[in-house]
Amino acid sequence: MLKIRKISKTFNPGTVNEKKAITNLNLTVQDGDFITIVGSNGAGKSTLFNAISGSFFVDEGSIDLDDEDITFVPEHKRSQYIGRLFQDPLMGTAPNMTIEENLSVAYLRASRNKIIFSRVSRKERELFREKLALLGMGLEDRMKNPVGLLSGGQRQALTLLMATLVTPKILLLDEHTAALDPATADKVLELTKSIVKENNLTCLMVTHNMHQALELGNRTLMMDKGNIVLDVRDQERSGMTVDDLLENFAKVSGKNLDNDRILLSGNE
Amino acid sequence: MEGFITVGIVQTALELGMIYGLVALSLFISFKILNICDLSTDGCYTLGCAVSAIVTLAGHPILAIFAAIAAGVLSGFVTAILQTKFGVESILAGIIVNTGLYSINLAVMGFKSNVAVFGTDTLFSLVKGLIPGAFWAEWYKLITVTVIVLIACFLIWWFLGTRLGLSIRATGDSPAMVRASSINTGFTIVVGMCVANAFTGLAGALTAQYDKSVDITRGTGMVTVALASVIIGSIFYNKGNMLKKIIFVVIGSCIYRFIVSLALRLNVPTEFFKLVSALIVAVAIAAPSAKKMLKLKGQKRKARKNRLALANGIGEEDSTAANEKED
Repeated sequence: MLKIRKISKTFNPGTVNEKKAITNLNLTVQDGDFITIVGSNGAGKSTLFNAISGSFFVDEGSIDLDDEDITFVPEHKRSQYIGRLFQDPLMGTAPNMTIEENLSVAYLRASRNKIIFSRVSRKERELFREKLALLGMGLEDRMKNPVGLLSGGQRQALTLLMATLVTPKILLLDEHTAALDPATADKVLELTKSIVKENNLTCLMVTHNMHQALELGNRTLMMDKGNIVLDVRDQERSGMTVDDLLENFAKVSGKNLDNDRILLSGNE
Repeated sequence: MEGFITVGIVQTALELGMIYGLVALSLFISFKILNICDLSTDGCYTLGCAVSAIVTLAGHPILAIFAAIAAGVLSGFVTAILQTKFGVESILAGIIVNTGLYSINLAVMGFKSNVAVFGTDTLFSLVKGLIPGAFWAEWYKLITVTVIVLIACFLIWWFLGTRLGLSIRATGDSPAMVRASSINTGFTIVVGMCVANAFTGLAGALTAQYDKSVDITRGTGMVTVALASVIIGSIFYNKGNMLKKIIFVVIGSCIYRFIVSLALRLNVPTEFFKLVSALIVAVAIAAPSAKKMLKLKGQKRKARKNRLALANGIGEEDSTAANEKED
């Protein structure tokens, strides 16, 4: 269970560029929740993810994961149990290293107790092969190829695999299909769904696609000006249409959603 | 032209190429793998020389080599800690350490600007005594340094394949991914820099015993020479197999030494060697950009030509059509 209590984060405090990215935000995520998050540009979605994953420490408030206070745990330690995917498919993998080597690095999370001078074992290689085969992209036969040769979609699928290779307590997906072409995006999304379902992962996903936001998962959050302005789940959510969502947003935030991409995808 | 390239020249070039190849290997780790330009190399190399010379003079030529390696590790540790813990720019950290090392090196050498290693055994004299015979007496130096460099290559290759080595490679290749994989980049950078500078120290240790003398300016420009070697090596082999990449770094260093010996034979004054190595590095790094510029220029010229031809063509057609109408 992830418990976020009254966190705030201000960038460049005391300067003309001061930006209150998140103010007094509360959020409790139950185990097994699949939460979609929507909101306009600058609403604080990515900042929330950065706060959870520890890219920076919050100014105020606390973050607990499974009753352990992680507010000041550094990012690399949190990543032992928090998996994350970015919008940019190039960010999650090392281009000059082979697929196998990339997976080995990701698998370090599970092999902390092993000697740092040990090499990747045959058993581990077999495991990587099996997992790669599940992606259905033929990557299992290209394990000695550098990742730089893969397409964006393949790289994102690989990143997804790497983030979930060791089952994380929480998976953060930050518009991870937004930079892919529609067909590839669908494929990666399908993979995401099946991996989340199979491992019963707790998952937070930022999306700009309103249909997707209502369709996927069991709970939808809407963010505005650094806070959560709408939180719908289960039954209340299942009856909702995209228009309801937009209307609700206008009501609670006193303005229309100003994200072009959201509007475009909302009118699909 | 007969005897332009003698066996002696080839031999010396190979010997020096191997020793300097160790510095190139060090730069390969810091520059190519960790993506950090380590400018402390000059000072660290001289430190290796100085420590090795002093310990050898004390009568321990083998211990001298390990002492120089330890000194290199220490120097790399300081450079890395400045970057990772105290947020000093990597280039600046190297320059700071390099400056500090100048005094330290002088201190190690007993506040003299040069030290001669005479009247004592060196690693090479010990090895020479192992096997009698003219052949051995001729080639023992080259064989010794080659064996050491091959062991170094193998160790680096082995190390980069371990879990720790993979983490270090990933640190230079994709920092975001490394943080997501629960690896502390501060730690991997420190380890990587220590390993890299260990080889610089080793190169210094061998140089001191090979030259039988050390000068405080011995390391000046070493970082450029080593970079030139790394770049020359990567021209011939730059993808795939890590072991081959490592070996081509050493080959690059030998090729650089051949270029230098050729220049010597052509009576290029020794004062110009640093300029030559600077040119090699500058040209090699600038080559891709220059190629792009030339290509764009060609493209522009072609486009202009096409447009001109098109304009002329249409113009002619138009005028002929108009003429026909008038007729």
